[in-house]
Amino acid sequence: MYEFTYHRPATVDEAIALLKSADDGKLLAGGHTLLPTMKQRLASPSDLIDLGGALATGIDVSNGCVTIGAGTCHADVATSSDVANAIPALAKLASMIGDPHVRNKGTIGGSIANNDPAADYPAACLGLGATIVTSAREIEADDFFTGMFDTALGDDEVITSVRFPVPAKAGYSKFPNPASRYAMVGVFVSSAKGGIRVAVTGAGPCVFRQGDMEAALEGDFASSAIAGVTQADGDLNSDIHASAEYRAHLVGVMARRAVDQATG
Amino acid sequence: MTDTGIGARVRRKEDKRFITGHGNYTDDINLARQTYAYFLRSPHAHATINSIDTAEAAKAPGVLGIFTGDDLAADSIGGLICGWLIHSKDGSPMNAGGHPALAQGKVRYVGNEVAVIVAETHAQAKSAAELVDVDYSVHDAAVDTGSAQASGAPQVHEEAPNNTVYEFGLGDEAATNAAFEGAAHVTELDIVNNRLIPNAMEPRAAIGAFDQGTDAYTLYTTSQNPHVARLVLSAFIGVAPEHKLRVVAPDVGGGFGSKIFIYAEETVCVWASKKIGRPIKWVAERSESFQCDAHGRDHVTNAKMALDKDGTMLGLRVKTIANMGAYLSTFSSAVPTYLYTTLLSGQYNIPAIYAEVDAVFTNTAPVDAYRGAGRPEACYVIERIVETAAREMGLDPADLRRKNFVTEFPHVTPVIMTYDAGDYHASIDKACEMIDYSGFGKRKAASEAAGKLRGLGFSAYIEACGIAPSAAVGSLGAGVGLWESAEVRVNPTGNVEVLTGSHSHGQGHETTFAQLVSDKLGIPVDQVEIVHGDTDKVQFGMGTYGSRSGAVGMSAVYQACDKVVAKAQKVAAHVMEAAEGDIEFKDGSFSVAGTDKSMAFGEVALTAYVAHNIPEGMEPGLKEGAFFDPSNFTFPAGCHICEVEVDPDTGVTQVVDWVAVDDFGTVINPMIVEGQVHGGIAQGVGQALTEGAVYDTESGQLLTGSYMDYCMPRAVDLPELRLAFTETTCPSNPLGIKGCGEAGAIAAPAALMNAVTDALGVADMPMPASPQNVWAALQGAKQAAE
Repeated sequence: MYEFTYHRPATVDEAIALLKSADDGKLLAGGHTLLPTMKQRLASPSDLIDLGGALATGIDVSNGCVTIGAGTCHADVATSSDVANAIPALAKLASMIGDPHVRNKGTIGGSIANNDPAADYPAACLGLGATIVTSAREIEADDFFTGMFDTALGDDEVITSVRFPVPAKAGYSKFPNPASRYAMVGVFVSSAKGGIRVAVTGAGPCVFRQGDMEAALEGDFASSAIAGVTQADGDLNSDIHASAEYRAHLVGVMARRAVDQATG
Repeated sequence: MTDTGIGARVRRKEDKRFITGHGNYTDDINLARQTYAYFLRSPHAHATINSIDTAEAAKAPGVLGIFTGDDLAADSIGGLICGWLIHSKDGSPMNAGGHPALAQGKVRYVGNEVAVIVAETHAQAKSAAELVDVDYSVHDAAVDTGSAQASGAPQVHEEAPNNTVYEFGLGDEAATNAAFEGAAHVTELDIVNNRLIPNAMEPRAAIGAFDQGTDAYTLYTTSQNPHVARLVLSAFIGVAPEHKLRVVAPDVGGGFGSKIFIYAEETVCVWASKKIGRPIKWVAERSESFQCDAHGRDHVTNAKMALDKDGTMLGLRVKTIANMGAYLSTFSSAVPTYLYTTLLSGQYNIPAIYAEVDAVFTNTAPVDAYRGAGRPEACYVIERIVETAAREMGLDPADLRRKNFVTEFPHVTPVIMTYDAGDYHASIDKACEMIDYSGFGKRKAASEAAGKLRGLGFSAYIEACGIAPSAAVGSLGAGVGLWESAEVRVNPTGNVEVLTGSHSHGQGHETTFAQLVSDKLGIPVDQVEIVHGDTDKVQFGMGTYGSRSGAVGMSAVYQACDKVVAKAQKVAAHVMEAAEGDIEFKDGSFSVAGTDKSMAFGEVALTAYVAHNIPEGMEPGLKEGAFFDPSNFTFPAGCHICEVEVDPDTGVTQVVDWVAVDDFGTVINPMIVEGQVHGGIAQGVGQALTEGAVYDTESGQLLTGSYMDYCMPRAVDLPELRLAFTETTCPSNPLGIKGCGEAGAIAAPAALMNAVTDALGVADMPMPASPQNVWAALQGAKQAAE
């Protein structure tokens, strides 16, 4: 790890001011991606701005929405009875992230801002049609995840909370990478007033919606409805753990299992 | 016998300090004025070093010194050695190639040590390393095992044309060819034994310290065999004379073979400590462990078995290419030869065997012994081909094995082993009973109803432990003898210190060795202290590997105890004014037969030390040593059976049941032995289900360089393991011990892959049976059926 200047602002505004004044500042939430990267000397920010004292934590369920403060750790979401009652698939997803260390330090805001192509939360955001609330505005999930490790966030913009509309039904099925336990393929499905959503993480360079499956489920929200829908492997990731072809196959299996879970 | 003697489930004495965080590992040791080393490593698999410019780095904050291969050469420091000379079939000695501790002229794998930077802190050394400017000319790399000998392949060492280290052969080729000519059935398999990374919990570490007052060096290091390390560092590498070098291997957190070897880093830390004039500490980062600890396995094999129409085995022919990596590590050459081909007969009476092994250099990390070392590879070949033969011939795999088992002992195999004792029917019968073999069909149907494919696999393994006798291994090319030493020091107050040349790095010697002494001397285990791992304290010894500590190390303790008792008996007879022949020693007490006269062990010890009343001419004191050199290897054997369920939708394999019936001879502590079997099976399941080192075949970069990509087995990957023991006594050591440390790792991969291929209905598939590999095998089978 290289040397850096550590800051711990009390407010989001203060954090943004620090970020603006730093040469190459980085925001620190749970740190479970950034700190290992720094330890490997792959990142060398001049200033580390710890949001631990600035971000809202906590979960609110009201007006048909689950709103989660950006600083809330995965373990709190996984074990929240409010989340489990409103969107059980979301609690389940949080319980499957990483290991106990990660779940007790990693935050929803950090995960989404990082937009790792194999992270779980982006699938929930896109699969539920969440709204990402930032220091400056509100961004729809459909517009937020713009590419591998890339989002619609501006340079000096901080996620403050995430608002998930409560769907009629939802399910999340994840095939973990055998080694890292990141999603090799994870599929989040939901059925809500606004329509059907099928979001796929881990398989491609960025979380994406599976339109063919959404269309097939529109008329019949059952796993049998997507039995014949195949995922093209052209744009999918390929590595030592899974070829694009295998990932494409798993998208189908995980989608069916997610629907079964949602309807079961 | 005391209640802490042989056969008792004594809780591990060492666990209190390990569990409460009071262990003393190399990195826990900090010496006054200690400095820190960071090794600059090659980013290339194969390159010529044109120049190394250290000028900028030398000016960096905290830097005390930077050394390269030229500095080692200037001090006449020799290269790292391979201690076992193998000869090719044509009689020529192996082509070793040099292995300087810091690269000289060329780098040959990603991670190869190029320079060492010594600084006040580790961070300073690491930062300074970024300022060292190395000018490389990068070459193509030879990476793949199977094609390393191909014409036009990049050459790793000039000394080894076609990257061939040796072309070894064992057995009778003509007799084997003849056996195949008359065979009714031939089964052929092309199999790969995947490359593994050891992953001991404690990374390797070293502290080198030079004392200007005495001209003596001390090396604290993570070693399984500190005396051997000292011998190699002094006699071969030439860092210091043997009597001026102390090697201490304190608590060591796992080795699995990877800490047998004498590596570059500890060599450099000792040597450079004199140049810097201060102690130098190095602790591997986990990435360095992945890149630079000697890897294991990595064989590509073609095997053929000839059988008659009834399934009687007639012959076995094996051709293996064994990857040695970029340099020959300390014992690497012996692993695919005398630890592999010699076990290819398995538990079977095979009249003719011929095995050939080509060892090859590649631009990858050195490969050497890893838990089982050659024997897992042999077991995998024989147990996979026997299972496949049974399937091809429509025979029950258990029956085919039974039909061919060796049943008379001693049994001389065509590959130079003399099996001394065993009962292979007993272990397979017991294992079949435990798994309910006859009920498998019903379980398979139940799995099928739930959409799962169920398979069952056997592994009737045999291995050879306690490599010996020394004269025999010497005749095969070993540079050392493989005996073990012990000294039993009885203190005047009657408690005992045992100095053993064995080394415990997880095995529980402090408990089991104490149990032996408890049994022999009739004193409780808490009156016995086991001392090991320090060349200043312990007499020369050979260390711990190859499941040798029980069979060889404890036998030395046994003999030393006998000597102690013999002397004590003389003292007791003298004091009690009885004839020596009338003295009985039982439960820690010497008594005169037919009288009520007796002396406790402690009383006799005190008498021997105060020496006021000992026999005329007897030396005072009570301390005896022994060196034990066994008459043969030991042959642990047994039968493992596992059942798996495969999810055909995803390719996920779940191990749902596992029975292991092992014959380890005498068992000192069943709890510790069960733990060894559990750990061994877990590592074997790791190899077969999750693990595998992968290099990019073009660039030679290690793709599985962290736990993000190298998949260690987890608790959820294992079912409740069900164990049982059978016992035939080993005749080549006084305790009848065979050894247990590696058996699980040897047996498990074949059992698991036999089960997976059974479930999938395929002849073979590569290890590990990862979801992707299983899914691909299923797709392949589907396409073949269409």
